[in-house]
Amino acid sequence: MAGLIAASDLVKLYTMGDETVHALDGVSFEIDRGGYVAIVGPSGSGKSTLMNLIGGLDTPTDGHLYIDGQDIGAMDDSDLAVFRNRTIGFVFQSFNLLPRLTAQENVELPLIYAGVEPKTRKARASELLHRVGLGERISHKPTQLSGGQQQRVAIARALACEPQLLLADEPTGALDTTTGKEIMGLFRALNGEGVCVVLVTHDLDVAAQARRTIEMRDGKIVRDQHAAASA
Amino acid sequence: MIRPTDLVGAAMRALRANPMRSALTALGVIIGVSSVVAMVALGAGAQARVESSISSLGSNLLIVVPGAQRGAGGVRGAAGGWDALTLGDAEAIERDVANISAVAPVQNANGQMVANGLNWNTRVMGVTPAYFIARDLAVENGRELDETDVSQARRVILLGPTVAENLFPNMDPVGQTVRLNGGTYDVIGVLETKGQSGFQDQDDMALAPLTTVKRRIAGRRGRGDSISQISIKAASEDVIPLVEADVIDLLRVRHRTNGDDDDFTVQNLASITDAMKNATQTFTLLLAAIAGVSLLVGGIGIMNIMLVSVTERTREIGLRKALGARRGDILNQFGLEAIALSVAGGAIGLVVGFLGAWAITGAMDLPLVLNVETPIYAIVFSGLVGVTFGAYPAWRAARLDPIEALRRE
Repeated sequence: MAGLIAASDLVKLYTMGDETVHALDGVSFEIDRGGYVAIVGPSGSGKSTLMNLIGGLDTPTDGHLYIDGQDIGAMDDSDLAVFRNRTIGFVFQSFNLLPRLTAQENVELPLIYAGVEPKTRKARASELLHRVGLGERISHKPTQLSGGQQQRVAIARALACEPQLLLADEPTGALDTTTGKEIMGLFRALNGEGVCVVLVTHDLDVAAQARRTIEMRDGKIVRDQHAAASA
Repeated sequence: MIRPTDLVGAAMRALRANPMRSALTALGVIIGVSSVVAMVALGAGAQARVESSISSLGSNLLIVVPGAQRGAGGVRGAAGGWDALTLGDAEAIERDVANISAVAPVQNANGQMVANGLNWNTRVMGVTPAYFIARDLAVENGRELDETDVSQARRVILLGPTVAENLFPNMDPVGQTVRLNGGTYDVIGVLETKGQSGFQDQDDMALAPLTTVKRRIAGRRGRGDSISQISIKAASEDVIPLVEADVIDLLRVRHRTNGDDDDFTVQNLASITDAMKNATQTFTLLLAAIAGVSLLVGGIGIMNIMLVSVTERTREIGLRKALGARRGDILNQFGLEAIALSVAGGAIGLVVGFLGAWAITGAMDLPLVLNVETPIYAIVFSGLVGVTFGAYPAWRAARLDPIEALRRE
């Protein structure tokens, strides 16, 4: 089975003043299609940098990163935008919904950049909001929704263009435990439907939900552990 | 690729989110465009007024008057004074200069006119029938002078509208008589109105046969062969310079002058018109330039508010990029916001400017001249202002690093 993500000797350098920081220092791994992976590690371990590379928000300094057969390092700004639009669904800790737009309009955003016509896009957004359990609230503004509901809108938005990969950065970080569990349940369900989920978290309970945990420290992978098949 | 309608929609939504801010930003452009539009309309009105008043003196007109051309140093010393022009000069011009459609010798006089128990002090000009052609005069009521009136020095007179109104209010002057400088004259006609020439009321005058004025009305000034001026109508606009040169040459020979000591001056109405048109044009340009400065300030206002907006919406920009917006999409969205602000300002400014022009020209009694191109210029220019001043903020937005932008609180 071909891997969805294939990284080999990934290096990412940042220059901060006179100092060069090795945010990623030779990282290699593969993630299968339909995988469910948690990337864990302390602050500064390079997990966010890795996530930005996988999400096509940044390009590697050295090494190769192929996602869905596409070479991230070889893409220009416009290619990366299309890649983010089609292949990746982002879920953020702070939801990042646009406050002026309704839930439905927020979900429509990626479809707008994909050039989908309004009628199709509204139907798709409505369908996705029903799927994440917010069918009743499609015309609510983010301020009229609870944190858990806002994150559901964000997940619906991430799914809008039917991406291969859901990238979630501390998706439960701003939620209480119960709501966090509901959101994790949603991720598990989506993974069950075949979407690859990659979580970045420092919450071990959240990481335990995944079927594989990659632990990072100082820009390197220090542990890559597959959970028991039953989990 | 994003659909163009969605791009416009996103820009409009962003502007509506801050209606007060958008309105105030557009106000800068409204003031700029409306003042430019008003100033240009005002200038066009002033120019139209100048043109119509000068052309009302007569088209293709050259006027020969006695006395030297005034140079920069004041009056040039010339002999002859005010009796330098003669009837003989007029006859010689008519005989020897080509491309002329009328030569009209004129004798000026002044007089207190009495009629109907009323009196009026006015200019009386002694003229020949050619004068009506040279000055494009028409009779509103009654008849023109004819050759017989002149040859027999008949005691007939035509009144300008101002004179007619003052001496014969609410009645037809034709067939009445007026007394003037001791004589009695039959009113044979009233002239059509010519209006203000910018120098004087052209309707405040009367016309009588040249011979009559010289003998009976002008007094000492009318003695001898001298006349006050010669009006010459060139056959067409193109030959005016030619006719002017020929007349000058002819008169120099007749007066035995060589240019430095000319005792006459040929005034070219076309060149006076041009000079005044240039003056009003320059003035209009100056006004419009000053008004243009306010448009510039309006543009700076747009740039300022767009930069604030980009800073405020950094996270939104980062998010849009994460969701698939290209640099070009962000550039277009913010660029469109700036253009929409300035074009909306331009459209409103156009209306305000026209209303302003209407009010000002009304108050100044100028004709309201509206150009067809003005709306196009206003919209295009305000659009350009939007592009110019929106470009840098939009570029800043487009260049934002999505990772940094998303991290920003």
